[in-house]
Amino acid sequence: MSTQTTRILYCHCAYAKVVAPEVKTAVLHGLAHAEVEFDAVPDLCEMAARADPRLRELASEGSLRVAACYPRAVKWLFASAGAPLPEQHVRVWNMRVEPAHTVVEGLTAATVDDDRAALEERGL
Amino acid sequence: MTLAIPRRSQVVLRGGDGTGLSAGDRAALAQSLLERGIEVSCRSAEGVTTVDMATLPAATPAAAWKPWFPVIDYSLCTNCMQCLSFCLFDVYGVSADRKIQVQNQSNCKTDCPACSRVCPAVAIMFPKYRHGPINGDEVKADDIRREAMKVDISALLGGDVYSMLRDRSAKAKSRFSKERDDDRALTERQNCLIALKKDLDVPAEVLAALPSPEEIMAKAEAARLRALAATRAVDPDAKV
Repeated sequence: MSTQTTRILYCHCAYAKVVAPEVKTAVLHGLAHAEVEFDAVPDLCEMAARADPRLRELASEGSLRVAACYPRAVKWLFASAGAPLPEQHVRVWNMRVEPAHTVVEGLTAATVDDDRAALEERGL
Repeated sequence: MTLAIPRRSQVVLRGGDGTGLSAGDRAALAQSLLERGIEVSCRSAEGVTTVDMATLPAATPAAAWKPWFPVIDYSLCTNCMQCLSFCLFDVYGVSADRKIQVQNQSNCKTDCPACSRVCPAVAIMFPKYRHGPINGDEVKADDIRREAMKVDISALLGGDVYSMLRDRSAKAKSRFSKERDDDRALTERQNCLIALKKDLDVPAEVLAALPSPEEIMAKAEAARLRALAATRAVDPDAKV
């Protein structure tokens, strides 16, 4: 497991059955096998309803990769909780429609790319 | 791997070489915690796993409130206040700067997307809804056209929902006074509810829980006045 500058956020959508369980399981396993650091939350909707301060933390910590549902929904869920996402630093993979391997590849590949870019920015 | 619980609802899994916990086990543990409503952070520091599942809540989030509430896409919202004047459960309100807001999420009726059906701008999402664009899928030109047709409740139900209910209430009163035909009244009500269920995808439980037509009218009028007041603050000639 390596320390990284890009944060990965996984939403388990635990309160509904709109994301296929096998996709959620495969994405979690994929992240664990990829040895990347990540944060996993039971349900972003539930956090947004509570205006959980964690959403503000996540939105303000620079580059963020999210495995959840439709990007438009994720964007406005964060906004509804007073935690607008900086669009240029956020990418969302949709587990409702994208296969698990695409989600995992996107999350981890992007992390590697972003870390490389961050290092280059620092002249390292 | 070590377990740290900085607050009751979060577990930090620290991993690395020699932790004794495989990636598969780590994923399974994370999944089990998430299904108990507990946040999980996987971090890189090494340690020893000490997760005592017996100390964690056994209840799954399914036992709790399903987070079902409208989410407004403000890039599409025109602040027309139709949602505010339509919703009977006070889910919507207006901010100090006269902007429509979702203020009482927990008032929203689970699985009822009706307000999103009446939004002429397709700006209201329910992320856990089955179909797009209400679930947050991209809004296409066809969606706007289709929703606009559905929004035309006048065409759909012979007037807006509340005027339809008002008319039915008046007719029912008139009929009851002449006939007192309870069976026919029940059939009428059922037909009305079936139409609402079909056209707005309102769950039967929500319809069954609706207040009386008189109460609906009173609530609708109050909501309409709130919407009108909010809109007139911006545009004195506005109609809601």
